[in-house]
Amino acid sequence: MELTPDELLDRVATLLPGATRLAGDAARGQPVIVLERSALPAALHTLRDHPETRFAMLSDLTAVDYLGRTPRFEVVYQLYSPSLNHRLRVKVPVPEDDPAVPTATGVWKSANWAEREAWDMFGIRFVGHPDLRRILMYPEFEGHPLRKDYPLQKRQPLVPERDPIAAPWYPRRNGAS
Amino acid sequence: MADTGEVMEIQMGPSHPASHGTIKFNLRLDGETIVDVDVEIGYLHRGFEKMCEQGTWNHCFPYADRLNYASPILNNVGFALAVEKLAGVTAPERCQYIRVIGGELSRVTDHLTCLGMGASELGAISVGFYMLEAREFLYDLVEAMTGARLTVTYCRLGGVMNDLPADMKERTAAALKQVRRIIADCDRLLSRNRIFVDRMVGIGALSREDAISYGLTGPLLRATGVPYDVRKAEPYLVYDRLDFSVPTGTSGDNYDRFMVRMAEMEQSMRIIEQALAGLPEGPIAITDPRYFLPPKREVYGSIEGLMNHFKLVIEGQKVPPGEVYVATEGGNGELGFYLVSDGSGRPYRVRVRPPSFYGMGALGEMLRGRMLADIVPTFGQINMIGGECDH
Repeated sequence: MELTPDELLDRVATLLPGATRLAGDAARGQPVIVLERSALPAALHTLRDHPETRFAMLSDLTAVDYLGRTPRFEVVYQLYSPSLNHRLRVKVPVPEDDPAVPTATGVWKSANWAEREAWDMFGIRFVGHPDLRRILMYPEFEGHPLRKDYPLQKRQPLVPERDPIAAPWYPRRNGAS
Repeated sequence: MADTGEVMEIQMGPSHPASHGTIKFNLRLDGETIVDVDVEIGYLHRGFEKMCEQGTWNHCFPYADRLNYASPILNNVGFALAVEKLAGVTAPERCQYIRVIGGELSRVTDHLTCLGMGASELGAISVGFYMLEAREFLYDLVEAMTGARLTVTYCRLGGVMNDLPADMKERTAAALKQVRRIIADCDRLLSRNRIFVDRMVGIGALSREDAISYGLTGPLLRATGVPYDVRKAEPYLVYDRLDFSVPTGTSGDNYDRFMVRMAEMEQSMRIIEQALAGLPEGPIAITDPRYFLPPKREVYGSIEGLMNHFKLVIEGQKVPPGEVYVATEGGNGELGFYLVSDGSGRPYRVRVRPPSFYGMGALGEMLRGRMLADIVPTFGQINMIGGECDH
C-alpha cells in the first residue's frame, strides 16, 4: 500500500506532534517536514521504526546555508523506505551562533560519512558523532567551503609534510569501532 | 590474531596500480589480516556543488557529465529531470525515449568498465580488454548521438541537444550484436573460473539490514536480495512502458554483485531495443522561451529571438523558488539531486547524492577482519568513480 504525500504527512503529524509541514508549492508536491533539533534523534528513531513509516534508509544528508536568514542553516535528511516505497524530507533549522545538531549515526550507519561531509563543507557540528573530522578536504584546510560567505578566491596555507605514524590524522583503532 | 602483538601500519594509495581511482587506505595489519582500515577519499574533490552555484542552470550540465564519467548521460538525465521538476516542465515524448536510450547505453558502458577493470585487477587481463572492446562499440553509438564519447553534455532543461542519427536503429542493432557476443565470451571465460570465483565468493559481504542502513543502492543493494531499483520503484521518463526485470542476488558478496551487473547489462540492452522500436516522432525539446534557447535562425534573424537568447545566456533560466529531491537510477545506484532555487537565474544550492560515496562509507566494515588481498575485488565491485564519490 503506497501512501500519497498528503496521507504520509498526516501519519507523520500524528506520530510527531512537533513537526510542521512545508506549506505551499515550494516543495513541488514532495512531502517535507520541519523539525526542531531538540526532537532529534528520538523523532528519527520513530520514523525509522514505526510500522507506518519504516524509513530504514537515510538516502542522503546535507545542509543548506541561507545566509542572511535566521536561523541561518538547515540540515536536510532525505529518507527512503525500501519496504513501503515512500520518501520524506526532514529539515532541521540550525542557528549560526551554535551550529550543532544531535547526530543520527545511532539511527542509520550512512549518517557517519554524510555528517562528516556536512561538517567539512558547512561547519555544522554533529553532537555525539564518533569520528567527526573532515572527509573531502584535508585536516589543515581552513574554513568551510560551501558556506555562502566563503571567499571564492581564498588561498589556503601551504601544508607541511606530515608523519602518519608520529602524528596520525585518522583514528588508530584495534578492531571494530 | 591476538597474540602476535605487532601491528603493521601501511598506507595503500592514493595512487595504487590495483585501485582504479584515487583513494587511500590507511591500514593496520596483523600479518595479512586487516585489523582496521580508514578509507580516505577526497582526492578528486573539485567543488562540483560550489561551482554549480556560480553559473546558470545550464552551466551545470557539463559539470554533471563529469560526476560519473563512466556513465555521463545518466548523470545528465538525472540532473535534467531534477531541474525540470523544479521548473514544472516536462520534456516531449521523443526526448524522453532518447534519454532512456542514451541512459541505458551509458549504464552498459558503466558496468563494462566496472567489471572489466575489476576482472583485470584480479589477473583476468584479457577479459578486461574484451570488455573495453565492447565499450568502444557503445562509445561509437554515444558519439553518433551526442558528438562526444565521454563529455557529452547532451541534455538541457526541457530537452536534448541533437536528434538521433537517421540510421540509429541499424547501428544499434549491429553494435549490440557485438556487445552480446563479447559479454557471452567473458561470461564463459570468467563466471565459473576457479581463481576468479575463489577471490569473489563470500568476500565483502554485507547483510541486507546493514546494506540498507549504510544507504547502499544499485547493484550493491540488489546483490543482497533487495529489489530496489528507482526505475521500478518510482518510474520516471518512459520506464513504466518498457519491459525489463531487476536482477537480484542472495548473499550480497562480491560474486553476487558481479553477477547482478552481468545480468543488468542484458536488461539494459533489451530496454534500448524496445525504446528504439517504440520511438515516436516529434520535437526533441520544449519551445518554452523562459527555459529553452531559441533556434539559431531566430537568434540571428529577429530581435525577439536575439533578446531571448541574450536573456537566457546572461541571466539564466528563472526557475521559480522552491526545492526538490529527484532520484534516478545511475550506474552505481540511486543518483539523487537536491536542488534549491531562489527564483534568480542561478541555482541557490545543488546537492548531488553520489551512490558510490555511500558504498565507500561501508567499505571499512566490508574489509575489517579480511585479508589484504580482499581489498582489490571489494573495492572494484563498489565501482568508486572518483568524480562522483568526491564530487
